[in-house]
Amino acid sequence: MPDDLNWAIGGEAGDGIDSTGKIFAQALSRAGRHVFTSKDFASRIRGGYTAYKIRTSLDRVQSVVDRLDLLIALTERTIDENLDELHEGSVIIYDGERTTMQNVEVPDEMIGLEVPLKRLAEEAGGAIMANVVALGAACEVSQFPIENLDESLEKRFGDKGEAIVENNMQAARKGQEYVQEEYDHDFGYELQTSDEDYVLINGDQAIGMGAIAAGCRFYAGYPITPATEVMEYMTGRVDQFGGKVVQAEDELAAINMALGAARAGARAMTATSGPGIDLMTETFGLVATTETPLVICDVMRSGPSTGMPTKQEQGDLNMTLYGGHGEIPRFVVAPTTISECFWKTVEAFNLAEKYQTPVYLVSDLAMAVTEQTFKPEAFDMDEVEIERGNVVDEEDIDGWMNEKDQFQPHFPAADGISPRTFPGTSGGAHMTTGLEHDALGRRTEDTEVRKEQVEKREQKVETAIEREDWDYREFGNPDADTLVISWGSNEGAMREGMEFLEDEDIEVRFISVPYIFPRPDLTEEVEQAEQTIVVECNATGQFADVIEHDVLERVDRVNKYDGVRFDADELAAEIKAAMADEAEVKA
Amino acid sequence: MSSDVRFTDFKSDKQPTWCPGCGDFGTMNGMMKALAETGNDPDNTFVVAGIGCSGKIGTYMHSYALHGVHGRALPVGVGVKMANPNLEVMVAGGDGDGFSIGAGHFIHAVRRNVDMSYVVMDNRIYGLTKGQASPTSREDFETSTSPEGPQMAPVNPKALAMAAGATFVAQSFSSDSQRHAELVQEAIEHDGFGFVNVYSPCVTFNDVDTYDYFRDSLVDLDETDHDRHDSDAAMDKIRETETEYMGVLYQDEDSVPYEQRQGIEGSMAEIPDGAPEGAMDLVREFY
Ligand SMILES: Cc1ncc(C[n+]2csc(CCOP(=O)(O)OP(=O)(O)O)c2C)c(N)n1
Ligand code: SF4
Ligand SMILES: [Mg+2]
Repeated sequence: MPDDLNWAIGGEAGDGIDSTGKIFAQALSRAGRHVFTSKDFASRIRGGYTAYKIRTSLDRVQSVVDRLDLLIALTERTIDENLDELHEGSVIIYDGERTTMQNVEVPDEMIGLEVPLKRLAEEAGGAIMANVVALGAACEVSQFPIENLDESLEKRFGDKGEAIVENNMQAARKGQEYVQEEYDHDFGYELQTSDEDYVLINGDQAIGMGAIAAGCRFYAGYPITPATEVMEYMTGRVDQFGGKVVQAEDELAAINMALGAARAGARAMTATSGPGIDLMTETFGLVATTETPLVICDVMRSGPSTGMPTKQEQGDLNMTLYGGHGEIPRFVVAPTTISECFWKTVEAFNLAEKYQTPVYLVSDLAMAVTEQTFKPEAFDMDEVEIERGNVVDEEDIDGWMNEKDQFQPHFPAADGISPRTFPGTSGGAHMTTGLEHDALGRRTEDTEVRKEQVEKREQKVETAIEREDWDYREFGNPDADTLVISWGSNEGAMREGMEFLEDEDIEVRFISVPYIFPRPDLTEEVEQAEQTIVVECNATGQFADVIEHDVLERVDRVNKYDGVRFDADELAAEIKAAMADEAEVKA
Repeated sequence: MSSDVRFTDFKSDKQPTWCPGCGDFGTMNGMMKALAETGNDPDNTFVVAGIGCSGKIGTYMHSYALHGVHGRALPVGVGVKMANPNLEVMVAGGDGDGFSIGAGHFIHAVRRNVDMSYVVMDNRIYGLTKGQASPTSREDFETSTSPEGPQMAPVNPKALAMAAGATFVAQSFSSDSQRHAELVQEAIEHDGFGFVNVYSPCVTFNDVDTYDYFRDSLVDLDETDHDRHDSDAAMDKIRETETEYMGVLYQDEDSVPYEQRQGIEGSMAEIPDGAPEGAMDLVREFY
């Protein structure tokens, strides 16, 4: 398709790969094109290979695919790293004048464009603009109107002054003209623009924005890839709405600060990744037993231990579902797309406060580092609803006192939901403790009271199961024999994968589950299907285990644990293979 | 309301289960007096208690309170105060809670200098777990888990605080009830993090750091010419080994609390029932 393009820029970490990629992605988005970006980055500041990839189309794109049409290679290794995805006719732009690039061999079936990026940049005002020269060259190859780049350069360099912006625009044009003059060739692409307005946003930003929209005013965190950007996003922005971000000394402090803020009545949150969740787990139990509303976000990365900090994995399902000593009531919500990162964050705050229960909001690296285009309506702030639950003020506090006129923060109401007062409320003073406590929040070891409090906390979950929708998202043919189930960020790859399968006349029913606990009951769906395949980015099939436990039936598993997310064509092939295995067993 | 608050208003109807003679009785009484004296009342006060015999204080006092997990009381206090600077926040705990498992938080809470008070009941022992060495136990103090003594130098909490940039450091003694209440009051009134280390003897498990020992070795700074605004002088006093000093060792007059530096003005508890006004601008940023 001349209008679709799979583009990448790759080189060493520190080469400005990210910001260059971002400039191009933004230009495409501003031109009314859909964009889906992904990053391949190593954990080192310098020395590691890193790449920024963009898929763009006039239609919605929601996954990476196993295909690269246009590559800007800043190092020789970049070409080797991408040989699998490059194909006949792929274009590779590189600077043949650089000493390190003189032995570059472009495979015969591909088109190598030697563009003197550095020299042209110097002509435009400085070698530092070499990547922008490459962007200009890329515009020419893909026939993407170069004016669209200008706005994006303005956005990136505007605060450095008009002259710098101007130089960059010149640099881009030098790249464009060079390709035009030296390689007068039709590469087969013609990237159209449209009048659509899109926003380009990643999963961490969507969570941060969702938190602010939901009234979160206090965020405490400790930096960790890939969750740091939630904190960076909220810093400064939440201040505009009367809130504050605190960088804590560690995750133990972060969750305890957030807990303190929540006890003071603020909507509070912390975000981290697996290692931070490990540290927070003791306090997680405290949050739950003191019935404090708190949102704890886990942006998963590959584990165990330090694992592969910049790689994808959905390995924390068991930890968020079961982690902690004793029995801890909780909700576990796992958005399946970047726009859902926004909405599920809003929902997480409502669940936390309505049921005075901690919520694990589970995202993953694949969403955190991916920018995707959405219509702004996908984040319609008018649709945001805030439900604070049973907050009691001075006027209605009387109904919640015991016979000695003491406020009862853990009153065992029939639905399990107790009243809550914010400090400062007259007559509402009360304590609470991580020790088992009575309705007044005071320590007890009385067997009857213990039972009553355990049951009331569990009752809140029961009440939530009854009152809330724990729906799944469904795609494909509801009557298909094959049912595919996934959780978290695999939704995009699976939906695009289904298009590949349809090309081969293979139909599946796809259920994407955003609620891990409570979760939809899939018994009927699994029973109705001939085969059920559970797709997830981990080795053991943690969600598959949960489904088997729920429906008492075996399911098949497609797992990926090499640190890289599924791409759509790969996933389609895996599903096909799992279907073939099943057919063989049956035959 | 505040004017007619008495210190007994801060008392809950739970009877303390501390051993008779435990220093924590006196420590708690002084805290309640200081809170009442500073015009606070239970409804605007938030007490965060650590885990230990000392941490039980949250149960015996009446106010908004959280009794959390071992060693993490300080960050809870920071969160409470930042979310609502109108509240009076007091954190209390033991020497193990504050200087062993929670030592990291101590240093950073001192640095952060949020306007709250921190009262440590330093009995130089783990009371609740029945008598193991604490970080402030003497080097040769024999316990069930350190038969030869810990064989490590004890932590000097006041020196630690000074090194971390403290703006208020005081030493108190639970049995000197009037003086103790005054010192806690000063910590509350201080604009910033008011740290009061209280010798609060454990009569059951510590037969070395006893009432008699502290009574004999403590000199009141008010009876010396100590200048509390002189940090070098404070450090000298803190490091002296022969004499221990009671009183305000150091106070930075120019202290500005963190939440003020951060520009936090009021409670964060109140929010609109939809997205806040101007939220759509957040979306537009991503165009
Ligand atoms: C994570 C954790 N580890 C261990 C304990 C057991 N524990 C409770 S209190 C305590 C020490 C208390 O000593 P200190 O803080 O000096 O308080 P004191 O009892 O002397 O007042 C310990 C080790 C615990 N509650 N939590
Ligand atoms: S064990 Fe020691 S610290 Fe604990 S209550 Fe008894 S005397 Fe007090
Ligand atoms: Mg102790």
